[in-house]
Amino acid sequence: MAKNLKNGKSIGSMLIGLFRQQIFIPIAALMILVIFNLIADPSFFKITMGQNNAGDPILSGYLVTILNNASELAILAIGMTLVTAASGGQDISVGATIAIAGSVILRILCGAAGPRPETMQAPIFVAFLVACVVTMLFGAFNGALVAYFKIQPMVATLIMFTAGRSIAAWINNNQLPVIKDVSFGYFGNYIPGIPVPTPVFIAILCMIIIALVLKFTNLGLYVQAVGINSHSSRLNGLNPELIKFVTYVIMGLCVAVAGLIKVSRISTINYSVIAKDIEMDAILAVALGGNALGGGKFSMTASILGAYVIQFLTTTLYKFEVPSDALPAYKAIVVIILVVMSAPIVREKMGKLWKKIAPKKAVKEA
Amino acid sequence: MGNENVVLKMRGICKYFPGVKALQNVDFTLRKGEIHALMGENGAGKSTLIKVLTGVYPKDDGQIFIDDKAVVIRSPQEAQNSGISTVYQEITLCPNLTVAENMYIGREKGIGVSWGKMNASAKKLLDSLEIPAVPTQQLGSCSIAVQQMVAIARAVDMECKVLILDEPTSSLDEQEVQKLFKLMRELREKGVGIIFVTHFLEQVYEVCDTITVLRDGQLVGEYPIAELPRVQLVSKMLGKELDDLSDIKRHDEEAASHGDKVAVLEVKQLKSTTGVAPFDFEIFEGEVNGFTGLLGSGRSECVRAIFGADKTSGGEVYIGGKKFKINKPLDAMKHGVGYLAEDRKRDGIIGDLSVRDNIILALQVMNGFFRPFSRAKAEAFADEYIKLLQIKTASTNTPIKALSGGNQQKVILARWLLTNPLYLILDEPTRGIDVGTKVEIQKLVLRLAEEGKSVTFISSEIDEMLRTCSRLIVMRDRKVVGELTGDELTQNHIMATIAGGDK
Amino acid sequence: MTNKNPLKKKVGISDTNLLLVITIAVFLVMYISAVLFLGSGFTKPQTFFNILNDNAALIILSCGMSIVMITGGIDISVGTLTALVCMSCAVHLDYQGGSVLTAMLLALGIGVAFGLVQGYLVAYLEIQPFIVSLAGMFFAKGMTTIVNSTQFNVAHEGFKALKAIRIYVPFMGAVNKKGVYVPAYIEPGVVVALLLVVLLFVLLKWSKTGRNFYAVGGNLNSATMLGINVKRTKFIAHMLCSTLAGIGGFVYFMHVGSGSVSHAAGAEMNAIASSIIGGTMLSGGVGNIAGTFFGVLSLSTIKNIVSSLGLDEAWWTNITVAAMICLFLLVQSLVLLRKNKKK
Repeated sequence: MAKNLKNGKSIGSMLIGLFRQQIFIPIAALMILVIFNLIADPSFFKITMGQNNAGDPILSGYLVTILNNASELAILAIGMTLVTAASGGQDISVGATIAIAGSVILRILCGAAGPRPETMQAPIFVAFLVACVVTMLFGAFNGALVAYFKIQPMVATLIMFTAGRSIAAWINNNQLPVIKDVSFGYFGNYIPGIPVPTPVFIAILCMIIIALVLKFTNLGLYVQAVGINSHSSRLNGLNPELIKFVTYVIMGLCVAVAGLIKVSRISTINYSVIAKDIEMDAILAVALGGNALGGGKFSMTASILGAYVIQFLTTTLYKFEVPSDALPAYKAIVVIILVVMSAPIVREKMGKLWKKIAPKKAVKEA
Repeated sequence: MGNENVVLKMRGICKYFPGVKALQNVDFTLRKGEIHALMGENGAGKSTLIKVLTGVYPKDDGQIFIDDKAVVIRSPQEAQNSGISTVYQEITLCPNLTVAENMYIGREKGIGVSWGKMNASAKKLLDSLEIPAVPTQQLGSCSIAVQQMVAIARAVDMECKVLILDEPTSSLDEQEVQKLFKLMRELREKGVGIIFVTHFLEQVYEVCDTITVLRDGQLVGEYPIAELPRVQLVSKMLGKELDDLSDIKRHDEEAASHGDKVAVLEVKQLKSTTGVAPFDFEIFEGEVNGFTGLLGSGRSECVRAIFGADKTSGGEVYIGGKKFKINKPLDAMKHGVGYLAEDRKRDGIIGDLSVRDNIILALQVMNGFFRPFSRAKAEAFADEYIKLLQIKTASTNTPIKALSGGNQQKVILARWLLTNPLYLILDEPTRGIDVGTKVEIQKLVLRLAEEGKSVTFISSEIDEMLRTCSRLIVMRDRKVVGELTGDELTQNHIMATIAGGDK
Repeated sequence: MTNKNPLKKKVGISDTNLLLVITIAVFLVMYISAVLFLGSGFTKPQTFFNILNDNAALIILSCGMSIVMITGGIDISVGTLTALVCMSCAVHLDYQGGSVLTAMLLALGIGVAFGLVQGYLVAYLEIQPFIVSLAGMFFAKGMTTIVNSTQFNVAHEGFKALKAIRIYVPFMGAVNKKGVYVPAYIEPGVVVALLLVVLLFVLLKWSKTGRNFYAVGGNLNSATMLGINVKRTKFIAHMLCSTLAGIGGFVYFMHVGSGSVSHAAGAEMNAIASSIIGGTMLSGGVGNIAGTFFGVLSLSTIKNIVSSLGLDEAWWTNITVAAMICLFLLVQSLVLLRKNKKK
């Protein structure tokens, strides 16, 4: 940004510069939503300190809800961005593998004590680690199909999409385990004494980790190079197959974290409903971030911002009492408007229109 | 040259791209029964002019007349309908369709497809042109040369008034080129106007009647072939006299025997899965050598095997006298070998990445996954080489795909120079780039050799190789058939060796 | 180099036909072994015809999906579009006093409307088909709820009569437990589906438009240069797919006779899976309607086999289907890789 300021000759050219920036799309979308809410009902932005049932202080308000509920989506957007950039396709199995992750965590915590144990039979972090391993294995399966068997990502992940929820049910023998220990709920709700929901912290932690990884490794460069041109990447010493494969394994890791939050929120699992359609929202987040779904260059910040925009939209619609089942229709309209506006052809035409108007302005200023 | 003979007239054509005036007020005239060469260095606007004519790009100004009637061409389809048929440099056919379909799709009348009729007429046409393909064969299973011939068959079969051949010969061997020329002459007799674009000067003087030269998007002039000798043509294309070229001279003294010096790189009986016969090869410090041979003779396959770009299936590699196993490009890179690939678009540039990232990529990969360069360092590297090679780019942040072909090639060169290789392989570094940059690259190669680096230089143009290499390895039919040094390095001798005993 | 063996080259089988042969072979092997080893249910002709009855709509949806996939696109809105058509027709018949004919027109109209918008966005504004149809999917899902949020059975007399029509298949039938001969039947939807399969097969093989689909999917850039109107071709493909989803939606409606938000849930994935099993490649340019037809049959046969093995739990069906897709993908990928290597 600082560079932009330095090079910018006027506010106008800076605006055009920003318009060309990838991150413009999610920021613009966010601004529109904020302005809409400010006009419609400024109380949308009110945050109050309240108490929950246990008497602990918690912050409440729509903004907190947005930050809280967008956590899983933001975490998935990280993996989805990498997968999209490297392999030029999307992983549509994340919802189903979240079900697997959740199921594994519950299975380990229940141990041999049946589906409703009084106490947890294993430490949470052990359960989480096992879930990580399992989802990374499934990620590796997807990755292997994509990278080594050259099957298109959407088709390859269709397999886990179809089987995932069934595998999740099978892991727990189709029973519904319930964890009674309150400490398990900390990850999806509140830690006593801290008024901010825990998922927000987990999401921030994930963002910090990926930011560090992108800064201190070449992951970003390699993934983009492979996504843009895998032939020349290979001749520059990269291993395109391995890099594609790795992005799917990373996706698996993101899924495990999201899975932990999901099951911790309700301390149980519903195999057919948990994280339903979240893959579509995650892909949407990547697209909203202005990243080409055909792979190549990516902006992680824009993707994550895209995830929050989607949640912002969802919460706004809820607030205006749109029934949850009808929500997708409104979402669809917003999505269409956004993608149409960011379509290169439309942008080109708008640019020409802008040029026609701009000279008149310049005359006025003079 | 009567006006009534004119079949195509383009007047005052302008085409702008963001920041570039690709065509400025260009006129072009084509008469019936004429083979008209369109010449110019890369970026001169030949391809743009042709794409405007065929409706791929909309023009920003100017008019096109066919048979003296003004026409508006908005798509390749409309171009076809107005009697313009085109063969493009890259193959623009669909690999998943059959040969016959590729010849007739997009130009049949009616709504239905009659397979029997189509296959029969396709077979007739293929036979008459002696193209070794079967109509019902899937196009993707044909060789590139056959695919190009199919494209030509498609174009000439159309009842066209204007035939455009945009560098159709780059993937054809000599016999196929002759076949094409025969065809062109026949069409000329029938009164078809032919626009011929090529980089090969000999071909221009073999078949063309008229030459139109473009430079920097502007018309230089139109000349009957007899009035424009080669030297003048080149100087018109370049816009300057050709002293520059004669400057370059190889230092012959280093062709002297290498005695018992250890080779920088030596391979013994190396074999790759691409079907090249096992070959021996060695290169010494400060030496420039080259692989020569016709297209498809296995030149690229040899160097790809050395670099580990193709899977090797046997043989030994010695670097500085020690034996190493090279399984993948990274192994070769770590031992100081660099490889600039033949196909710049497919194997060279990473289109959407910035010039900076394209320059640092190879060194960055060698440096390791966990040790990325700082932004400042990357900028410094990029700036240094942009200055050194005089790369024309708006900034280090510009995506490489926005650069002209010659400048893209320089970026790739910069990428490999940055890795400070002991041994650099340049596979057709000058293909499809303008004469000025060609000369720069040749000079650079010689300078590298003076600095003690070893270079393998591959080019389709023999005089270019003669200027740079002190030793040539000649290939034919995927076998090494000879090695020429010193006095043997003459155009005639090389041609004879390439052609072999049966010619 | 090339002139030494003129015209002696063997003409290999095209990718499309190769995959079609594999699909048909697998279906036959599967069904015959089911008849031989599982006996009971599978020996009755009605079991086979029930597969058709239950999947008539899916066949239609899959055909549309295959066409879009051949052009290199995708349409994931067809499942929820089916639900929207069902709900709209149900409401139209029961609450708005519509007739069967106007309901049919309504179904078609919804399909065409979706096709127009999605086709325009994909073809002329060049937005990725995945995103466009994702929005289409969301929109149809939401609209279904907005039209009516609760499930209900249609009480319209004319429609009930239409739904009850059975077409008896001559010479096919079985004797039931009571010893009475029951002739095998198909529902009218099956006739519609079969007609469409034949029609689309002819369209893809013998029409210019059909061949243009393959050309566009094979190489977009080349197709433009060959003088094909790529935008229009893509538009027609998406238009066809959505229109077929409208027709398929009505066939589904005739089969279930009710409107519900959850109708045809996941049908888009089944359609994609059927197309893949039928030898259509998502990368475009390769595929066949006949293959898609057998793809649907294979998919539902494997489901039937799993349930008749006594593995009734829902997860076994899904896991088997997934395994089958996986197997087909691997076979396709290996076959094509080997074929290309030989070259």
